[in-house]
Amino acid sequence: MTETAASVSSEPFAELSPAGGPPAERQDPSSRPLAERGAVPSEPLPTETPASAQEVAELLRSCSEEGRRVRIVGGATKLGWGNPVEADLRLSTSGLTEIVEHDPGDLTAVLQPGLPLAEAQAAFARAGQRLSLDPPLGKDEGATIGGVLAAGDLGPLRHRYGAIRDLVIGVVVALPDGTLARAGGKVIKNVAGYDLAKLNAGAFGTLGVVVEVCVRLHPLPQQTASAAASTEDPAALARAARRIAHSPLESEALDVAWRDGQGGVLARYAGETAPEQARDAAALLEEEGLPAHVHEDDGKPWAQQRAGQRSPDGVLIGVAGLLGDLERVVSLAEETGGALVGRAAIGTTWLRLPEADLASVERVRHALAPHACTVLDAPEEMRAALDPWPALEPGLLALSRRLKERFDPDGVCNPGLFAGGL
Amino acid sequence: MAEEELAHEGPNGAPTAGGGSTPHAPTALDEDEARREVAARADALVARLREICGDPHVYTHPHQLRTYESDGLLHYRASPRAVVLPSTAEEVRDVVRACHGERVPFVARGAGSGLSGGALPVEDGILIGLSRLRRVLEVDLVNQRVVVEPGVTNTEVSKAVAPTHFYPPDPSSQVVCTIGGNVAENSGGAHCFKYGFTTNYVTGLEVVLSDGEVVELGGKAADGPGYDLLGAFVGSEGTLGIATKITLRVCPVPEHVRILVAFFDTTEAAAATVSDLVDDGMVPAAIEMMDGPAIRASEPMANAGFRTDAGAALLVELDGSRAEVSARFEELNEVCERNGSIEIKVAADEAEAQRFWRARKAAFPAMGRISTHYFVQDGVLPRTKLTEVLKRIEELGEEYGLQVANVFHAGDGNLHPLVCYDGATEGEAERAEELSGLILSACVEAGGSITGEHGVGVDKMCYMPKIFGPDDLAAFERLRRAFDPEGLANPGKVMPTPRLCGEVPGPYRQHPLEVAGVAERF
Repeated sequence: MTETAASVSSEPFAELSPAGGPPAERQDPSSRPLAERGAVPSEPLPTETPASAQEVAELLRSCSEEGRRVRIVGGATKLGWGNPVEADLRLSTSGLTEIVEHDPGDLTAVLQPGLPLAEAQAAFARAGQRLSLDPPLGKDEGATIGGVLAAGDLGPLRHRYGAIRDLVIGVVVALPDGTLARAGGKVIKNVAGYDLAKLNAGAFGTLGVVVEVCVRLHPLPQQTASAAASTEDPAALARAARRIAHSPLESEALDVAWRDGQGGVLARYAGETAPEQARDAAALLEEEGLPAHVHEDDGKPWAQQRAGQRSPDGVLIGVAGLLGDLERVVSLAEETGGALVGRAAIGTTWLRLPEADLASVERVRHALAPHACTVLDAPEEMRAALDPWPALEPGLLALSRRLKERFDPDGVCNPGLFAGGL
Repeated sequence: MAEEELAHEGPNGAPTAGGGSTPHAPTALDEDEARREVAARADALVARLREICGDPHVYTHPHQLRTYESDGLLHYRASPRAVVLPSTAEEVRDVVRACHGERVPFVARGAGSGLSGGALPVEDGILIGLSRLRRVLEVDLVNQRVVVEPGVTNTEVSKAVAPTHFYPPDPSSQVVCTIGGNVAENSGGAHCFKYGFTTNYVTGLEVVLSDGEVVELGGKAADGPGYDLLGAFVGSEGTLGIATKITLRVCPVPEHVRILVAFFDTTEAAAATVSDLVDDGMVPAAIEMMDGPAIRASEPMANAGFRTDAGAALLVELDGSRAEVSARFEELNEVCERNGSIEIKVAADEAEAQRFWRARKAAFPAMGRISTHYFVQDGVLPRTKLTEVLKRIEELGEEYGLQVANVFHAGDGNLHPLVCYDGATEGEAERAEELSGLILSACVEAGGSITGEHGVGVDKMCYMPKIFGPDDLAAFERLRRAFDPEGLANPGKVMPTPRLCGEVPGPYRQHPLEVAGVAERF
């Protein structure tokens, strides 16, 4: 690793994202009209757009009483995920788009669920802060804080800052009985009461509608720089990623990518000395035998990593794996002719398959068992033919069902969408 | 007590609001009868417990039970019918099954170092001590995971992965407190501002539910689909079941650590320093503050060279990449000077760093040297309200004629005021307790919380209505009942009950039976 090498390439992962590679974020397909996705009858659903938390609760109460089922919609960027929902109306959070509070000195903010994440970030950035959460934002950067929370979606910053479950410190949830329940609060350290915030993160809106979210923020780094290395050997890729993951260097993000016989490791550093840290990381990568570069202008490769978490016209499988499985997962991507991006140290990866056939999905699930493989993006006909969720172990399913019954006894909120048909 | 909990079920199993609106509160007579019934069933259980765990591991003699009558919060005591010390997860499961069979409530206990009465036994119930489950089951450094039994201590986890890795949550009782207890309480420590809490490190749990069913929540992998039951379980204070196997994420040891302590004339100046650090975008691994009384109590014990004439000490630790820490450490010095620090001591070596930390950690035990008794509170406030709340605490201390020393996890706004009193002086304990309560109220009024890391337990459950309304409490109850429909796991904790807290304040709410015209309230 030398200074010269550091200045060589401005597109470290260009080789990983040829034309026709990972799609640009704005082509996100899941924004297609709901009716197209076979999730609902062809007649468009009536849409309600409550303007307050209280109105959401009232609407849910009336739906409970009248036996109506609700499809909850935020930015409509991930509507294709999960099981198809048979609903009688759509509840849009687009009437709830305020930043209720932003307390820069306390590094906290209270947000309404329909607020686009991009808008929230722009406001935080004006105070030199951010919500350390960077999932793909979908069409017109439409992903909302409520939608990201419900889907538990995440981006490269997951590495250091956790998922949204780790960043949300309080919620208000509208429950189907018409009550508004608050949990957590506005302080980052708080163990009073049960953690309904985490419970609703990743619950796909099946336990109620989150109408207010309180999050902890972090300072924006003064600068970032990334180390990148590429290889054609899955084993070498995994080894290099492990080397960085286990090093005492404090990475802000640590990703891998694989496509068409070639892959890479990408590690981002932040702070006053970001370039220096990235050079240290590049040196480690070179020690592992991978040619490495440092990129001080590193926005693009990371945008590509995020884009790789979607597959508009194909099949996208989310894999909850482990650092030690990287070689296996990467090899599987290669064998299936697919492409992969993911968080190396966390082990969470996304596999894009070239062919939308059930056999490939089965093959992946079989090969990676017991790791949970969730089908996220998939063509409509395929979605109708498979359970996108991995099977829940019976005891866990029973417990999950009891939870659903306690919070949503009449099955009002996104019925059937979730794992286990909940 | 189980009966009383059951009475909170509405029709169709729907929990009622906050457990506080049952049609009639149980009378003392009901309660005595209920307790006798529980005791009789517990006796029937004891023989079965001996079969499961062996005679020597089931205690019923009053002398043996005494040790278990309270946890770290000594002023609450209750005597269980029996204490059982299983040695495997299977034994825990069988013990819980046996309790469930007789509908006898049980309480799990780790080291008993908790400070909120979370491990206080249920009178005449079964106390399940987990200290014999103390094996480190697997050290999987490739995946940065450790799998342990619940009785393993917090320190042992870091030891198991040393020297390359460490386990960040570090409650000050870490040498004795167990991981099982940390999971129950979602324990924090001094490094939370940067590293988070127990809940950010647990990736998998094997849990025995209150009916003896065993479920696996999560695993080694993170981000799996399904409800985040791990998130719900961690911090649930033993009310959702007993964790018998715990999978934790561990982190690489940072490349570089620097630590300094800056002294100020006033807590205001120290608080302003913290604000400036945050504004500068710094995320120190720890920012700890002690006020003058706390410094003067701890220094004679710790001999760390702390300035006893200072009004506040700020201990700041930076960790991370060597380059970044070095650059930022200079900035840190500047910010302290800019805010009028009267002296800055930089730890020259590891030994001195340890001394600095000892001074901070000695604050609690050192209180015993200046006061016969004290209450520790665990309030949280938005950090920017620190000066305001400290002023209020000072006023309250003067008003009550009691000394209050403050130690403070300044980064995340977690305040531990130590209210000193003389237990021998008639009525002083009550006044100290009242003052403690007012301090919590001040935190809540500033937008904070009643507990940052000690848990609600029995100690703060009557404060819950200060921050949660009936609908919030009802939602908590839904979660609790999904895990434990019969209320057998650590009943009488966390949720305020009318019996112990009086009527739960809040708007009047009709019980479903009243709505249905089945019952009336008198």
